[in-house]
Amino acid sequence: MIKHLRSAADLDAPTATLILDTAGEMAALAGREVKKLPTLRGRTVVNLFYEDSTRTRISFEAAAKRLSADVINFSAKGSSVSKGESLKDTALTLQAMGADAVVIRHPASGAPHRLAQWVDGSVVNAGDGTHEHPTQALLDAYTMRSRLGRLDGLKVAIVGDVLHSRVARSNVLLLTTLGAQVTLVGPPTLIPLNVAAALSPKTKVSYDLDSVLPDMDVVMMLRVQTERMQDSYFPSAREYSRRYGLDLARMRKLPEHAIVMHPGPMNRGMEITPEVADSSRSTIVEQVANGVSARMAVLYLLLGGKA
Amino acid sequence: MTSYLLRGVSVLGAEPTDLLIRDGVIASGPATGADIIDAAGLVALPGLVDLHTHLREPGREDAETVETGSRAAALGGYTAVFAMANTSPVADTAGVVEQVWRLGREAGLVDVQPIGAVTVGLAGKQLAELGAMATSAAGVRIFSDDGHCVADPRLMRRALEYVKAFDGIIAQHAEEPRLTEGAQMHEGEVSTRLGLTGWPAVAEEAIIARDVLLAEHVGSRLHICHVSTAGSVEVLRQAKARGVRVTAEVTPHHLLLTDELAASYDPVYKVNPPLRTAKDVHALREALVEGVIDIVATDHAPHAVEDKECEWAYARPGMVGLETALPVVLSVLGERWDLIAERMSRTPARIAGLTGHGTDLAVGDPANLTLVDPSARRVVDPSELASRSRNTPYAGTTLPGRIVATFLRGEPTVLDGKAVK
Ligand SMILES: [Zn+2]
Repeated sequence: MIKHLRSAADLDAPTATLILDTAGEMAALAGREVKKLPTLRGRTVVNLFYEDSTRTRISFEAAAKRLSADVINFSAKGSSVSKGESLKDTALTLQAMGADAVVIRHPASGAPHRLAQWVDGSVVNAGDGTHEHPTQALLDAYTMRSRLGRLDGLKVAIVGDVLHSRVARSNVLLLTTLGAQVTLVGPPTLIPLNVAAALSPKTKVSYDLDSVLPDMDVVMMLRVQTERMQDSYFPSAREYSRRYGLDLARMRKLPEHAIVMHPGPMNRGMEITPEVADSSRSTIVEQVANGVSARMAVLYLLLGGKA
Repeated sequence: MTSYLLRGVSVLGAEPTDLLIRDGVIASGPATGADIIDAAGLVALPGLVDLHTHLREPGREDAETVETGSRAAALGGYTAVFAMANTSPVADTAGVVEQVWRLGREAGLVDVQPIGAVTVGLAGKQLAELGAMATSAAGVRIFSDDGHCVADPRLMRRALEYVKAFDGIIAQHAEEPRLTEGAQMHEGEVSTRLGLTGWPAVAEEAIIARDVLLAEHVGSRLHICHVSTAGSVEVLRQAKARGVRVTAEVTPHHLLLTDELAASYDPVYKVNPPLRTAKDVHALREALVEGVIDIVATDHAPHAVEDKECEWAYARPGMVGLETALPVVLSVLGERWDLIAERMSRTPARIAGLTGHGTDLAVGDPANLTLVDPSARRVVDPSELASRSRNTPYAGTTLPGRIVATFLRGEPTVLDGKAVK
């Protein structure tokens, strides 16, 4: 098993499949009366969060607790360049506390890579800047597989602000590893140049959502921040929604079986309309539940061999 | 004053000979009373001249001082360095440039020539007192807002024109600021993969293209700092073919390293302009050999540990380079001694109007020279650097060549590979 999960690129197909299979076992457990496993008893998992993300933190916390780990929440929000303790000093503190795993959320891309150089325990990337969010990709893949029965050959559109999206990067890497065909869709300003060469040569790019939808098994809508308008990535929220938002009319262009995903938090009315978000094709609520199972699987497998 | 006889030295790779240093100059005649230095197997070069050094004093003496930077320079084979103006306070007045110049004289290890800021406080709004700096004791001829681009085209035009009165030259840090907001590394496949905001090549090329046109229009001299892209080379090639009075430098690290190194997220590889692609490295090497790029300049940029031992985005850009420049250039160009002397000593001295450096080491020339052992190999160990900072990208790398001795006006600043003071 790998030691750290810093990037979805850390996972080859057998490892990723093992995590998804394990997540399935963890999900089955959630239906039982006693939800806890003793696996990680006596082990310490630190949630080191430099950004507010209650949903991700709670998800990791629930995952660790269901595995009987001791959980320490270390909120370091506000500490950054000039003020507060440096990441290295924090790392040395966690090291002294005997952290077996550190789950890190950080506004700077690559912070988990730096942390892994300074601690002995496992490092799990819970979102770093505009880089990656590999456990989100795992829970998304798990959700797709549960709903559609497979990943190999699946056609997935990821729509929106790919340039700034850590979810998109991790999903492209993981889904491609698992045999899915990813198409990135958005205005050209929000799709990085050379994205296919950078992430996976099999990745397709389209600037036209309507032409892509009829062929998709999955459409994943990314959150688009309205502040991007100020930087001229697109002219207005209205124009963005008109060209790249998912409304009922567009959803009907999808095949019968296709599902609609969103990593949350949503900008209802911007990239997705409430009718679509709340429709039966939407997996948004399931994604949250699956998040706990996927993160349990990650912690279990990263720490499992070291009891 | 001690005389020295360099016995069996190869001047610029020529057949071994004896070189006599007496009264600060290269001398002829009997070597009576001279200290004899066995220079068999060593190559003598005119002392290297660096047009782009950050010495950090005044303001960040924890990262470097004029003295520690001078020592690093001497150990790297340099006899003159030009100190960039982005200190604190900024070197934008006669007072500050004279202070740096005086500190250099006191250290006495290399000639420290201050570069003056183009604009007050490097703010890009208003010309600094360029004339006062030119007529100060420091005799400033090169002006630069390095670290910042003189982005306002009208201000750049005025600066280029104004310094004609005292044969000054503007050294431009070519970076269109609106295209590089928040930029962390070269914009390309690697930045996309790493999720780091890209610094597009066009942000450099667009400013160079604009500035060669401005320099052509007003008939002024322009120098381009740290050229880093293949596209910039093409712009320079065309400008030079038209007769524009433009010169350009490349750093050792842009001749050797690529953006792939950022994948470690170790900010020791963070620098501005950023490391580019292998294609750019190739174009820069060719341009340096051809002369489209005139010189190698280090952009020696020391930083305190806490400014590098952190997240990539929070780290300061820059690398130390004085002590590794010649070995890196040797590894890139091979033992083409005359070419190395041209690119690292004669041409930089000529661009700066610096007399007494970059000579042919003929009888009567000031004895500013360095002795290199080309057969030596050295593994770079950051803890062994004389610079006060440790941010070298070459830790653990084996590089060819060892600087054995350096002489400044006939006085050794380095002997047996060690600084004499
Ligand atoms: Zn610069």
